[in-house]
Amino acid sequence: MSLRIVVCVKYVPDATGDRRFAEDLTTDRDAVDGLLSELDEYAVEQALQIAESRQQEGDDAEITVLTVGPEDAKDALRKALSMGAHKAVHVEDDALHGTDILGTSLVLAKAIEHVGYDLVVCGMASTDGTAGVVPAILAERLSVPQVTLVSEVAVEDGKVTGRRDGDAASEQLEARFPAVVSVTDQSGEARYPSFKGIMAAKKKPVESLDLSDLGIDAAEVGLAGAWSAVNEANERPVRTAGTIVKDEGEGGKQLAAFLVERKFI
Amino acid sequence: MTIDHRLPAEYEELRRTVEEFAHDVVAPKIGEFYEHHEFPYEIVREMGRMGLFGLPFPEEYGGMGGDYFALCLALEELARVDSSVAITLEAGVSLGAMPIFRFGTQAQKRDWLPKLCSGEMLGAFGLTEPECGSDAGGTRTTARLDEESGEWVINGTKCFITNSGTDITGLVTVTAVTGRQPDGRPEISSIIVPSGTPGFTVAPPYSKVGWNASDTRELAFSDCRVPSANLLGELGRGYAQFLRILDEGRIAISALATGLAQGCVDESVAYAKTRQAFGKPIGANQAIQFKLADMEMHAHTARLAWRDAASRLLHGEPFKKEAALAKLYSSQIAVTNAREATQIHGGYGFMNEYPVARFWRDSKILEIGEGTSEVQRMLIARELGLTA
Repeated sequence: MSLRIVVCVKYVPDATGDRRFAEDLTTDRDAVDGLLSELDEYAVEQALQIAESRQQEGDDAEITVLTVGPEDAKDALRKALSMGAHKAVHVEDDALHGTDILGTSLVLAKAIEHVGYDLVVCGMASTDGTAGVVPAILAERLSVPQVTLVSEVAVEDGKVTGRRDGDAASEQLEARFPAVVSVTDQSGEARYPSFKGIMAAKKKPVESLDLSDLGIDAAEVGLAGAWSAVNEANERPVRTAGTIVKDEGEGGKQLAAFLVERKFI
Repeated sequence: MTIDHRLPAEYEELRRTVEEFAHDVVAPKIGEFYEHHEFPYEIVREMGRMGLFGLPFPEEYGGMGGDYFALCLALEELARVDSSVAITLEAGVSLGAMPIFRFGTQAQKRDWLPKLCSGEMLGAFGLTEPECGSDAGGTRTTARLDEESGEWVINGTKCFITNSGTDITGLVTVTAVTGRQPDGRPEISSIIVPSGTPGFTVAPPYSKVGWNASDTRELAFSDCRVPSANLLGELGRGYAQFLRILDEGRIAISALATGLAQGCVDESVAYAKTRQAFGKPIGANQAIQFKLADMEMHAHTARLAWRDAASRLLHGEPFKKEAALAKLYSSQIAVTNAREATQIHGGYGFMNEYPVARFWRDSKILEIGEGTSEVQRMLIARELGLTA
């Protein structure tokens, strides 16, 4: 039977650009070009590898890539489709502007249920919000097990297994389907789309949904429905010149004193 | 009716993908390979994985279903960062795989193209000889058909052959004299010689001024025997075949030269913004600004020139003159931009660790390879109806 994989991806401002907040203290999406979050590319890659390994065993898998975001977020979907995902779902609604983690996870959960799934694959965090908790909250909302922050993932006999590398130990985790996994940036470099993939992506279906399609009340999402709020945002101060220690025999001691003073050692 | 010089969305996406690849994968590693004159197998493998070697070929042979324009876009983006990997791709596709795709039998295409398209195998084209470069009709290498064994017996030497001696080189297509035409001129044919064929030896790599992470060698054939079925296309069509291959190749080299010229702008603008002299960034000086404005103008114009030639090729229109114009102009401005980029970088520009030093070394060959600037002018003048 075909394994239904949903990969959640986010369209984020290019981290190499000059990223700013808008006046309402949400992400200014006009200031910088957007792209598929690099951390979500790892999720797409792992989903593709799972699908490929199943194909080698004569099984099948269908990958749906899902995003919640403005019109331009279609670019992120197109990139994932170019890499090899089969179809895409785009949830777009003006009422979603300013949605926080809880609201986002609600929309994702409803959309994932709408698509149907055995396995949800997420990146470890977004490169803009960087909270890193959406996969866990999503699993709770879907009432399914979660295998988060794994650097190695595999699928076998109706379950997903993964290795989570911590500071003190590596844990081997597994969960029966349906389940949510999130993969780290150590899970393996994402592939570059080929021209064939880019051309094929043009013909792949992209389903557009709004909040009413998912039966979500607009009051539960957006800035007004958010559980968290940004009260203030200040630009990072300009970097000042460092301290130069001239070694006149006592350089080592001076460096150590500098580090002690700032409690590094 | 719309007149639009912008790229269609999928070509722009390809361009961006290769730009990202060049920046993330090629740029951090290529300096090391270049310095040690090593062939960058790991980078070439990645290029193969993303389908660059199959760009202009149909999917039935393992290609990407793209076209020559797509190949040129990829070449320009690679050359913005490094010309060695760009020329490896250019030669692998335009000289290695394209002759087989264009002129090969079904069996030859089936045998060779899937591996060449995936980048697992590289092909080379042996045309130039120690005593014949631009005058390609002066080929001395001979191939005699041994009727008894049904084999071609090849004798001769080829030089400056790109991709001919790597660990993954699978074949060299060589041009050889196979007889005399009624008017006494040599009859030239192309023959596929698999790497490792007895009698076919590959010399150690040349020590070159530039393109130091690419593979260029001299080849020797001494009673080298290959089956008669290895003839590529029709007997005696070798001259027409390589003229077609060279015409196309000029557009590819033009795209590559444009990339190098743009790379010079990229590096120099970044340097001019950060390098301080006399209390301000050097980019605040008009002398530097004007250099950079001219360099950008060169790269932009060269890009329009190769894209025009490539789109004519795509539409089946004559493109000989436009290809020659593009090749001549872009190679000239590549040399100019490289010289100016080095100048803007001052002493650092003379240090090999700076990309512009690599650009400087890599630029000169562009005025020589795939038809010298003099040959391009000859072709353009001929297209203008002028005869010697």
